[in-house]
Amino acid sequence: MKKRSSLPRSLVVGLVTFLILVVYAYGFSVTKINFEETRSERRLASLTRILRALAHPEVFEYEYEIVDVQVPFYLGCPEGGVETPDIDRSQAFIELSGYCAEPKGTLTVAGYNFQENSSGPINFIGFSADAPDGVPIQMESFQADAQGNFEMEVTVPNRQVKEDPQAIRATGRVRVGTPELSRQAIITWEKIVETVFMALLATTFGTMIAIPISFFAARNLMSDIKMPLSNISLSFVGWPLGMWLGLQAFQLILKLLNPLFDNFVLTLAGTILMPVLAFFAIRWILTNSKESGVSTLTDQLTNTAYTLGAALLVVISFLFLGQLLLQIGDYLTPNKDVPLYFLRLFVYQFGDILSMLIPAITALIGGGIIGGLFGNFGQTISDKISPATGKIINLVITPLAGAAIAILLMMGIDWFYQFNNTAVTLIWPAAIGGTLGLVVAILTSPKQPLPIGIILYGIIRTILNGTRSVEALVMAIVFVAWVGLGPFAGALALGLHTVAALAKLYSEQVESILEGPLEAVTATGANRLQTIIFAVVPQIIPPYISFTMYRWDINVRMSTIIGFVGGGGIGFVLQQNINLLNYRAASVNMLAIAIVVATMDYISSNLRERFV
Amino acid sequence: MLEVKNLTKVYDGDVQALKNVSFTVKQGEFLAVIGLSGSGKSTLLRCINRLIEPTEGQIIWKGQDVTAASQDEMLLIRRKIGMVFQHFNLVSRSKVITNVLAGRLGYVNPMMSALNQFPKSDMEMALAQLDRVGIKNQAYKRADELSGGQQQRVGIARAMMQEPAMILADEPVASLDPVLAHSIMQYLEKINQEDGVTILCSLHFLDLVHRYADRAIALNDGILMFDGSPDDIDDDKFREIYGQDAERVG
Repeated sequence: MKKRSSLPRSLVVGLVTFLILVVYAYGFSVTKINFEETRSERRLASLTRILRALAHPEVFEYEYEIVDVQVPFYLGCPEGGVETPDIDRSQAFIELSGYCAEPKGTLTVAGYNFQENSSGPINFIGFSADAPDGVPIQMESFQADAQGNFEMEVTVPNRQVKEDPQAIRATGRVRVGTPELSRQAIITWEKIVETVFMALLATTFGTMIAIPISFFAARNLMSDIKMPLSNISLSFVGWPLGMWLGLQAFQLILKLLNPLFDNFVLTLAGTILMPVLAFFAIRWILTNSKESGVSTLTDQLTNTAYTLGAALLVVISFLFLGQLLLQIGDYLTPNKDVPLYFLRLFVYQFGDILSMLIPAITALIGGGIIGGLFGNFGQTISDKISPATGKIINLVITPLAGAAIAILLMMGIDWFYQFNNTAVTLIWPAAIGGTLGLVVAILTSPKQPLPIGIILYGIIRTILNGTRSVEALVMAIVFVAWVGLGPFAGALALGLHTVAALAKLYSEQVESILEGPLEAVTATGANRLQTIIFAVVPQIIPPYISFTMYRWDINVRMSTIIGFVGGGGIGFVLQQNINLLNYRAASVNMLAIAIVVATMDYISSNLRERFV
Repeated sequence: MLEVKNLTKVYDGDVQALKNVSFTVKQGEFLAVIGLSGSGKSTLLRCINRLIEPTEGQIIWKGQDVTAASQDEMLLIRRKIGMVFQHFNLVSRSKVITNVLAGRLGYVNPMMSALNQFPKSDMEMALAQLDRVGIKNQAYKRADELSGGQQQRVGIARAMMQEPAMILADEPVASLDPVLAHSIMQYLEKINQEDGVTILCSLHFLDLVHRYADRAIALNDGILMFDGSPDDIDDDKFREIYGQDAERVG
């Protein structure tokens, strides 16, 4: 039995081996592997040149004492020969074996009285009408001996023969004084600082955004969230409506308050007064909020009114604060030369960021309040109203919600593709969304809890995975187009990628927490937020810190090359130096990268060990 | 006070954990739930405060239908039902006092508790409850620094913070040695007798059942096999509950 199968078996093995060979042969051809090239003299020479340059990073530079010696020289010997020029032998001087030569001809240059051990180039200087001062072409470089003498054979460059005298010049250089940091080293230092801070900011802000998202991307937290259809539908209608109302409210407030912002004193007064009012409103809500479920309708209405008021006051406070910071920042930075300019500018930038974020925050607050109200109302419908009535209500509101979602989605798509066609952007999505909503409303019973949590989880995970699959380097290209070349674009790209990557990693940590404490805290009658704060957060702090450090490590590494696409940082100069074939400078950049990455690696692994 | 009617729980994949279980519990009773591992004891206890959604049947607690309660109402029901777990289920990285205060979460202002702010009266109550179970001096240690017996006492203190009318104890002594088991059971007994808290406690050892419980119910494969005084569990009844090959230990 075994023997009979051995022939087909070895045939199969042979075939597989052959196939593997074919695969690798194709791989060789596709990757254009060519070792002949690696052995060619020209390639080896350039490799040697680059490696040697890289081994001599231009970290320090010296001042040189320079001695120039020049003798006239004819390219192409004139008829009758040339005279030997008078040479002043009291100082450094050079002698040639002949004072004329044909192009590509050779001659010997001997130098005397140079400073001991000085070195430098021997140049052919070509004079012409365009270049009366002469254009140097390096022929050779010399190294004088301890007596300051040298002798070298040089090859004359292949240039056009001229009747007028040209020259041969030896430039002897001797290092004097102490070494100083080279200009390249200083640039590298500036850029590496930029790089590290780019990574720091990207990590910090990325983390801040990733943490809340991670809870929504955790399966174990989301799978419990189930709501009846009426609640879901009304929430979906309420959120966009609330966000729109929030934005409208914001614009109204801005319009009303704008005159105040011209006056610094009024702005200052508002910045102080508004938070105080907001504080009292919030305190009122906190002290007067009844235990959930036992409040009357009047209580709820008063509470909602106060919540709205407090939200409004908070928004106004931030508005004032933003304006105040903008004004102070503006006053503090009359020009770039004032001391601590960066701190002063930060005040302005902070105010600017705040002013930019307030509309978004207002929209979110509006969405939260209206969406929450609508959702609660939907929950009440499901809880209190008979299933038959509930079904009828669902049949009305779910198609509405479906249409609203579909239209909003289509508005996003329309922004990219610019259909300019109301049938496509409005009527069709409304019809399709409405129909889908109707189908859902028909198929579900009004009291049945639907797994909305797991659906949201799926959507968020998909978005995160999609975002994560785009490399930060690619994102940087888009951000460069938006905010221009420089580290800001790089920081934004790294930050966005950090959000996606960390939210995924974090959420996996949330998924791996112990269920016991979660169960125990739920059993005490704690609501969702309380359960997360008391049972989930303490468990995830160490892994969150660890992953943040890990990401900071990655971001430092990424930020060193994000400059290749214009994202700022050390990569920007490194690429320039490589393109200019300035390998000694590139070597400085690489050295700096190596030091920073290694240090970061060490620090982050050390800190991570401490927290895990 | 608690009425369980025809309770059935079917897990995903058609695993029947409870089959048509009905029983009532009187105010102030100490009821033991016995049965083999996997017989449905934990499921039964968790169905009562709806940590697990029952598939069918009704649970009436203090005249209120728990199975029909909305999410908001459920929070109010849960906070009057304390729970103690086999593996204590403390948040190990948090302080003992924080774990105990977690028992007040159903009462306190949600916004303030989110900022870890509790009223002074609750702080005092937490220390008093820790004092009652004899570990007041451990209040500011991390929960995982405590021994198993101490951790379970923290669990009891946490349940007591809810000012419960009933405590569900899911094998509270199964991970403890016999000496500690008795000390924990004594705390539960004390709570039952002094505070009049109804206790539903699932237990493995029959001697503990005899020693502490007023009444026992027994589950076998999700079916209620026995409901009566622990003294009525004779050898025949025992085999019915634990299977023909079982032998009495302890």
